[in-house]
Amino acid sequence: MADPRVLEPAAGTVAGPTVAGAYGALVRSRIAAQASYRSSFALDIAAQVLIGLVEFAEVYVVFSQVEKLGGFSFAEVTLIFGLATAGFGLADLVVGHVDRLPYYVRTGQLDAFLLRPLSALGQLVTSDFSLRRLGRVVVSLVLLAVALTAVDIEWTPARVVLLLVTPLIGAVIFGAVFVATSAVGFWLVEGTEFTNAFTYGGNYLSSFPFTVFGSVVRRTFTFVIPIAFVAYLPALALLGREDPLGLPGWLSWSAGPVALLSCCAAGLVWRVGLRHYTGAGS
Amino acid sequence: MIVEVSDLRREFVVRRPAGRLRRTRDVVAAVDGVTFGIEPGECVGYIGANGAGKSTTIKMLTGILVPTSGTVRVCGVEPVRQRTALARRVGVVFGQRSQLWWDLPLQDSFRLLAAIHRLPASSAGPRLAECVELLEMEPFLDTPVRQLSLGQRMRGEVTAALLHSPELLVLDEPTIGLDLLSKERLRGFLVRERRERGTTVLLTTHDLPDIERLCDRILVVDHGRVAFDGTLPGLVARVGAERVLVVDLVEPGPPLSDVPGTTLRLVEADGLRQHLAFRAEETTAAAVVAAVSARVELRDLAVTEPDIEDVVRRIYES
Repeated sequence: MADPRVLEPAAGTVAGPTVAGAYGALVRSRIAAQASYRSSFALDIAAQVLIGLVEFAEVYVVFSQVEKLGGFSFAEVTLIFGLATAGFGLADLVVGHVDRLPYYVRTGQLDAFLLRPLSALGQLVTSDFSLRRLGRVVVSLVLLAVALTAVDIEWTPARVVLLLVTPLIGAVIFGAVFVATSAVGFWLVEGTEFTNAFTYGGNYLSSFPFTVFGSVVRRTFTFVIPIAFVAYLPALALLGREDPLGLPGWLSWSAGPVALLSCCAAGLVWRVGLRHYTGAGS
Repeated sequence: MIVEVSDLRREFVVRRPAGRLRRTRDVVAAVDGVTFGIEPGECVGYIGANGAGKSTTIKMLTGILVPTSGTVRVCGVEPVRQRTALARRVGVVFGQRSQLWWDLPLQDSFRLLAAIHRLPASSAGPRLAECVELLEMEPFLDTPVRQLSLGQRMRGEVTAALLHSPELLVLDEPTIGLDLLSKERLRGFLVRERRERGTTVLLTTHDLPDIERLCDRILVVDHGRVAFDGTLPGLVARVGAERVLVVDLVEPGPPLSDVPGTTLRLVEADGLRQHLAFRAEETTAAAVVAAVSARVELRDLAVTEPDIEDVVRRIYES
C-alpha cells in the first residue's frame, strides 16, 4: 500500500500553484536542510560575525595612526563601512552562491535546471539560502548604529529614507555584480575566482571613501561597475558633503536608477552566457 | 507527430594545442543531418555506440542545446525558444543528471517538483501514490537521497520525471548500472505506464533487453546519422542475423548437416547436442524442428535469438 502521508503535503510546505510558490518552496527547503545541523549553523554564524569584525579592524588600525582618511573622520568612514557591508551582506545572503555556476555546469546540474519549467537563474538563486551570512549583516547594522550616534547629520525626511534604502539598493547593485560576473562561468571552468575578484574586491573598495583611490580605480568603480553608489556616494548625501573630487551632488542621490541599470546589464550578460551555454551564441 | 526532427545538425568546436602557443580549431559534427519523427504513443529505442550523437540529440529535443542547423519540434513547440512550456509536457531522466535534492528525504524532492510544476495537490497526490506503490518506494520515502542505492534513486528519478504526467518521456540510459531485478522492475513499470496512459517514450540504452522488452521501433545512429529506422525483427532481417536452434537428442546421432535452410554450427558430446543456425527470412523455427525430428528423436530444444549487440555492430560495419 502507498504511504498515505504522500497524499498531502506536510504542514508548512504547502506550495500554491504559482511561480512565487515554487521559488518559495525551494527556499524553504534550503532553510530546512540547514536547520538540521544546528551546532554547525551556530559556528558558521559566529565565523561570519568574526569575519565582519576582522574586516572592520583594518579601518580601526588605520585610524589609530591618522586623524582623517581621504578627508573623512573615523565615524564617517565607519558609516561608509557599515552601509557597504550591509549591502554586500544582504546580496551575499540572497544571491552570493551564484558564483558556484561553474560547479553546476561541471556536474550537469544546470542541465537538470533547464529541464524544469522555471528560469535557470531563478533556480540557481534559490538553490541555496545561507542564513549564516546574516552574521555579517548583523555586524554591519551594529557598526551603522554606532556610527550614526557619532556623525553629525542634519536629518531631513529625504535623508531618513535614503539611510533606510541604501543597504537595500547596495544589495541590488552587488547582486547585479554577482550575477554578471558569475555568468563568466558559462565560459570559464574556474569562473568562481573571477567572480570573487569583483564581488569580494568590490566589497573591499565600497567600504572606503573613494578619495583614497587613484583616478583609474575611482572612475572604473563609479561608472563601469557602480560600486561607489553602494555606500560612498549615499554617505556623502547623508553627511551633506560635496564630493571632494568634484562629482556632481545629484549623483549621490542616484543609486536607485543606477541599481536598476545594473540589473538590466546583469540580466543581459546572463542571457548572453546562457545562450553561449546552449550553443545559440557561438 | 509528437517529435519532428528534420535534417538536424549540431557542430562542436574542438580546440587542441598545436605547438607551444597555437591551438588548432576543429569543427566536429556530433549530429550530422538526422531526420525522424515519432508518433504519439510510440516507444522508440535510440541506440548507437558511445559518441554516436545520442545525448546531443536528446539535449536538442529537450531545449538544452540549440541545433546548428535543421529543425526540431517537440509537442508542437520549438524546444529552446519555448523551453519552460516544453518542460511541463516532457519528462526527462538523464542517467547522470539528478532531478532530486541529495540532502532531502526522497519525498521532499517530489513535493518540490510538484511545486515547481505547479501541480495542484489533487493531481500530484494520486499520481505520486501510484508511482510509490508500483515502484515499491514506500520503505525509503523518508531516506535522504544521498543514502539511497542506485536502484532506489533511479526509481525516484523516473517518478520525478513522471510526476507531471508528461506526454513524452525521454530516458537516457535508464537501466545503466542496475541489477537484474531492478532493471526488470523498471521495465515492467514503463510498460504499464505506456499501456495505461499512452505515454510516448524515447530511450537510449546499451542494454538490449530494454529494447526487446519496451520498444516497438529502433533508430540506430552512427557517426551522427540515422543508420537504421525500423522494427527489431526488421533490423535483424536487414543485417541477416541468425537464430540458432539447439537440439538435444535422445541418443548420439550423426551430424545434422543436411537440414534445408540451416547451417550446422556446432556438434557437442559426440552428436548428443547440435547447433543449427538459420535465417528468419529463409525458414521458420517450426520447419527446422519438423525437419530435424523427421531424422532423429528429440529430447529437448531451445531457440536462441540473435545477440543484438552483434546486430548493431554489423550495421556499423555495413
